[in-house]
Formats: sequence, structure tokens, C-alpha cells
Amino acid sequence: MTDSGRSAAVVIGKDGLAALVEVLVERGRTVIGPTARDGAIVLAELASAEQLPYGWGVELEAGHYRLRPREDGMAFAHSAGPQSWKTYLHPQRVRQWSAERGPGGEVTLRADSDPAPSYAFLGVRPCDLRAIAIQDRVLTGGTYADPAYRDRRDGAFLVVVECTDPGATCFCVSMGTGPGVGEGDDEGYDLALTEVLDDAGHRFWARAGSAEGAEVLALLPRQQGLGTVAAEATATAARESVTAAAGRMGRSMPPVSLQRLMAGSLDAKRWDDVAARCLTCGNCTMACPTCFCTTTEDVTDLTGDHAERWSTWDSCFDLDFSHLHGGPVRESARSRYRQWLTHKLGTWHDQFGSSGCVGCGRCIVWCPVGIDITEEAAALHAETWSMLESPEGGARP
Amino acid sequence: MTTPVPYEVVRWESETADTATVALRPAGAALPSFRPGQFAMLYAFGVGEIPVSVSGISRADQGLVHTIRAVGAVSGALYGLRPGTSVGVRGPFGTDWDLPAARGHDLLIVAGGIGLAPLRPVVVDALAEPDRYGRVNVLVGSRTPDELLYRAEIGHWSTATAAHVAVTVDRPDDRWTGEVGVVTALLHRARFRPHGTVAFVCGPEPMIRATARDLVHRGVPAQRIRVSLERNMRCATGHCGHCQLGPLLVCRDGPVLGWDRAEPLLATREL
Amino acid sequence: MTATPVLDALPAGSRERLALLGREVSFPAGALIFEEGGSADRFWIIRSGSVALTVHVPGRRPPTVETLGPGDLLGWSWLFPPYEWHLGAEARGPVRADEFDAPTVRVLCVEDLALGYALAQAVARVVADRLKATRMRLLDLYGPSGSGSMP
Repeated sequence: MTDSGRSAAVVIGKDGLAALVEVLVERGRTVIGPTARDGAIVLAELASAEQLPYGWGVELEAGHYRLRPREDGMAFAHSAGPQSWKTYLHPQRVRQWSAERGPGGEVTLRADSDPAPSYAFLGVRPCDLRAIAIQDRVLTGGTYADPAYRDRRDGAFLVVVECTDPGATCFCVSMGTGPGVGEGDDEGYDLALTEVLDDAGHRFWARAGSAEGAEVLALLPRQQGLGTVAAEATATAARESVTAAAGRMGRSMPPVSLQRLMAGSLDAKRWDDVAARCLTCGNCTMACPTCFCTTTEDVTDLTGDHAERWSTWDSCFDLDFSHLHGGPVRESARSRYRQWLTHKLGTWHDQFGSSGCVGCGRCIVWCPVGIDITEEAAALHAETWSMLESPEGGARP
Repeated sequence: MTTPVPYEVVRWESETADTATVALRPAGAALPSFRPGQFAMLYAFGVGEIPVSVSGISRADQGLVHTIRAVGAVSGALYGLRPGTSVGVRGPFGTDWDLPAARGHDLLIVAGGIGLAPLRPVVVDALAEPDRYGRVNVLVGSRTPDELLYRAEIGHWSTATAAHVAVTVDRPDDRWTGEVGVVTALLHRARFRPHGTVAFVCGPEPMIRATARDLVHRGVPAQRIRVSLERNMRCATGHCGHCQLGPLLVCRDGPVLGWDRAEPLLATREL
Repeated sequence: MTATPVLDALPAGSRERLALLGREVSFPAGALIFEEGGSADRFWIIRSGSVALTVHVPGRRPPTVETLGPGDLLGWSWLFPPYEWHLGAEARGPVRADEFDAPTVRVLCVEDLALGYALAQAVARVVADRLKATRMRLLDLYGPSGSGSMP
């Protein structure tokens, strides 16, 4: 199949989406997607497309998340939920190695060799697709690659669904990470869908981004064929609704180099202000789709001759995170919030060549005191700006 | 994360009441060779893993030497390992002192406390090829005479080589005939041309800062003052996030770096 | 030639004027160069050998607070009233030094204010360095916790 054939679009209906889940399951994949449960849209293993959150939307604000029924019955008219795909690609607990001590005291070490599941992720939002790419760079892009992450990632089939109904905490446009995806083979997805619901019905504009995506797409029942007038109309409607979504972002980052802003704000007064509110609970780091930090845990069995090393999610808000025999390097809440924000928006560029933020808004929603990353960045910008404008600071550059 | 490779403890020598130097030899396949300044992750069975700089590199038998101070659970367990037992090793990790780049320069090696451990292979390598360098100065600060590492070896450097070796202690005992004071007080009697010097500094962070500032004041270019830093480390492969120091991952961009880069980072509190 | 930070800090003319006042002296090993509470009427710039600054503690050998060597200024209490030594100084081996008569130098400092200022600043620098060094040692950085590079 040629590249042009691969990116050619077709239109599928709800039956096509149901078939997509069936095809992926038949191909031996564990299909993970959104479903409404426990008052939230969570990620779970899907046996059928009926489990998708048809008719559910979300109401988002800082420190606020409510599931809301939608009359239109759309499946993907909701934005980021409490989890992200790192739950599956970079799980909370991973065994890294096992060690046995023989009778003579000799130690044998074995890398963990559990085979990675073959995942298919259905409903990856564009911001989360970029978040996966960021974790790829962190965990496999340097001198050392995390082999277990690489195996899980290499085997994953990604079905992106573009955003047509952003939430009040979304700011992907200002991060350049959404609400749509590009076309072609190097976008990082296998299939891309855009949900369209208008007088012509409820349908999905679908295109492939990989050979396997094209193969799967070819197996689905089409509502509108390639190149038909109806298909073109659906494509146009889809593009228009994604463009409209870009204009309805609830929030935005200040339009400046956040890397430079962070590097120049280490002594800002604003850190004291945010530290007075921050509970250092680490929720933002757990909800963030790119936060990757882990700690280690060594366990032994009762005989003491079998030991395992596990890695578990960790948070830079934890006091022990920076522990150095005498005590933590970052003791104050101020320094720990500053570490998180300056890393996410600033030093991530130095370390991994991009921003660590994709504008999904999860950290805003899931902060118990409603700290808003965009508001903090704007306040830092305003403070730096006012310093530059003050008489002592001289003229604006 | 890579899996540790088993090494066998072949020698254990007490240095001080809580510090020992252990020599390790690969039980099977060896890790790639280490350079002075780099570190290994040492795994004490069932207890955990910590970063430890190499304090010796035995190129003949691919062995590694580490000087371990028992300050925590893992270092305590590693300190307690005796010949014949096994330890898991990962590495080599991090940047090195880059001694070859100092060719033709005077060398100023300044160590405080256990900071002498990562510097020992630099001294050994520099003294093995003295023609490549100008004057070699080794300045060592120790808390007490009993806590001085590698006593016999320092004596050898002092008497059997052309190096200028000076040791100072904070708290002398009745037998101590050497210097008393901080290690920076030894700088003005060292022989070096500031503009033609490469300095290697390791010790507690306040000692590093005081030494580096003194050297800059004496005219040594900041980028030629190489310091070795320490931060919490879990993975050493750049994946756990613990060793961040501003834009740096110390496991990857350190532990050894130039004072020109380290200075602004160390000047920011709680960075 | 050993560097002598105190003299090197003086402008050329002042350095020569001061040098004229110095006379070379030597002390045998174990000599008490001065004692705590004694009149600080002299100071020295050490040429060779090592001098221990000590404190008298009944019942034990006088503990050494710091050692000084070639190029170092020995004694600064002569510059400030009440011109009394607050530590003792003992030659740890044969010591050679340039000795200066403090009252003469103090008079010179008053007569030649530029020299006086430069010398006071040079001595203050030595005192500041020793204060910094003392503070560093107060931290006991190499002690059981908080020391070392990689543990």
C-alpha cells in the first residue's frame, strides 16, 4: 500500500467503531479506552465499543471535575480524565530484576522478562499523543533506553481521536500540541479518528498513519467510501470542528519562551505565593501524562535468599525525593513546587529537547486546591516583566 | 534499567572506623571499562543500590576499587561485605575527570574527606605519566589523622614522586606533625601557574564552593576547575528524575563538571 | 621563592619601606615564640619551618588550633589594642622568619597613611581568611553525616 493510500480517509459509523474494537481484540490486542465509571471517565480494558462513554461529557475547572450527560450521544466529547496512558506504558509498579543468593553467597541476577502486553489504545487525545512522544524521548531517547518501556511502547497500537469539545482547563493550542493531529506516517499514530455529529448523522472520519493502521482500517465497514462527495463533506465537517475547538480553549500559556521565563524566575516572589497554597500532595505529578519520575524498592522473601527490585512512581513533591544523607536538598514547599514547574516548562528542554507540558490541564483539575499552571506561569511572567519595567531594572529589552 | 552484573569482593581494607576500600573482580563478564571520576551503582543483595565513584581501576583484571563509607542502610551493607561475597554492579555512569585534556598543564588535585576517593585514580594516572603534566599538586583535607584515607599511599606519593603533596587536618591528635587547618589554606604554598592549571576538586559541597572561589580569585579559569557533585540517584540512566540539578541530570551531565556550569547552580538554594 | 601574601598585597614602595624594618630570626624546634596573654610587640613572616598556634588547657598537651608555614603572617594581635596575644605559638621544628617590631611599624603606619591603610587591609585579609577557614571547620563537614562525595 502506498503512503497516499494509507493516509486516504474513509468514514465509519458507530458500527465501524464497534468493528474496530472487535478487530483489535481478534488480533490479540488488549484494547484500552475511555469508559464512564465512578463518576469519571477512566481508562479501562474494553471488550466492546459499547463501553465507550457515549453521551457523557465532563465539566472541568481548577480543582473541579464532574461527569455530565450529553444529549447528543457523542463518544469522545470529553477531555482528559484523571488517568493518562502512562498508566499502561509506564506503570506505577514495575519489577526490574530478581536476584537469588546461592548457598555459597554467590548472587545471580535476572532481568525481569515478563512479556509486554500487546496494547491498543482507543481514544488517545492529540495532547496525550504528544505526551507519549515526550515519555518516549525521556525513557528511550538517551544513552540508555528502558527496555521494558520500549517493549510496551513498540507493541502498542494507537488510535487517536481529535478533540472537538475542549474543556475549560485545556490549553493545548498554546503548547502546540492539539486539538488536532497531522496527516501522514510520522505523526506517531496508527489510526486517527474525528467524531462528527450533524444532520448527516453520527460518524467518524478515519485515516491511517501506519501500515498496520491501514490494514485495520481496510477491515472496517465503511459508511462513506473513499473519495465520495459524502466522505469529503464529512472530512470538511471534521476539520471545521477541530478548527472551531482550537478557538474554544479554556486557558492559554503566556506567549513567551517558557524555557527562558523559568530560567529567569528562580528567585521570583511568586513561588512564596504558590507555596502558601500548595499542599505538596503530588497529585499533579500523578495526573500529568509526562511526569516520569520513579523511585526504587528492594524486597526480599522470608528466606532472605530471593530479592526483587521494583520501580514505583515517585513525585518531586515528596520530601525524600531529593534526600542526601543529611536530609532533603529541596525542603521547602516553595523549592519543590519550583522544581516541578521549572522542570516541566523549562529545564525539560535542556534535558530532553522539548517542553514537558502538553496543555492537557490535568494538573489544574486534579489539584485539590486548584493551583493553575497557566495562572502561575502568567504571574511569573508578569513579575519578571514588571521587574524589567521598573526604574532599577532599566528598559524593556 | 539495566540489570546489575555480579562482581566478587576480592579484598577488603579498613580505612577508618566507618570506611573501607573494597576491590571487586567480575564473577563473569566484565562491565565496560571505567574512567576516573565515573561511578558505579553498587547493589547490596536485598538491601538496595547506591552510586559510588571508582576509587581505583585495575585494568589488568578488569577489577574495580570502591571506597565505601557506612552512612546508610545500603552503604552499611556494602561496607560489611567481605572477600568471597558478591555484589551487583552497574555502570560505568557519568562524566569523568578527563585527565587527558589536562596535558601540559599544572595539576591541582584538592580533596576533602571521602572526596579523595574519586580523585585517587586521577592522582595514580597523573603520577604514572608525570612527563605529560607540569607540576602535580595533591592537597588533602581530613577531619582527623585517623580519618585520612589511603595513608600509606599518600606517603608514597609524597616521598617517591615529584608531586607536591600536602595534608591538613581539622583536629590533630598528639602524634600528628602535619598541617592543621582547612584545605584551602594549603593553596598558597602549592606550585601552579593559575592560567596553566587544571584543578580537580571533590569533597562536601561547601568545601568545593570555597575551594573553587579561591581558585577563581587566584586566576584559574572557571572551566578548568573540575568539580564532582552529588545528588540522590535511583537509576543512574537518566530515567528516575532524582538527580536533577536545574537543567542537569547529575547521573548523565555529571558528576564531574566545570565550575563555570556548576557555580550558578550551586548558588541557587534548594535547586 | 615562597609567596608572602601580606607583603605581596602592599604597593611596591610600601613593601620596601616595611622590609627595611625586618630582621631575620630563627627559632629552634619546640621554642615558644609567644604565649597567650603576652605582649604583642612583634610579628613575623615565616621564611621556613612550621609554627603551631596553640591554646593552653590544663591537664593536656596544648591543642593545636592551626599551623602556619612559609609565607604566612605569624601574629596579628599587634595591630589592635590591647596588643596581647590570644593564642600561643610554638615552633614545630627549626623556624626561620623575618621579625618586625610592632611599635615601630605602628608608628610608620601613622606617618605613612597609604602604607598604613595597605598594611591594615593586608592583615585584615589574613584575619578574614582565617575566620572563613575557622567557620568552615566549625561545620565539621567531613564528620559522620553530611560529608563526602559519593558515599
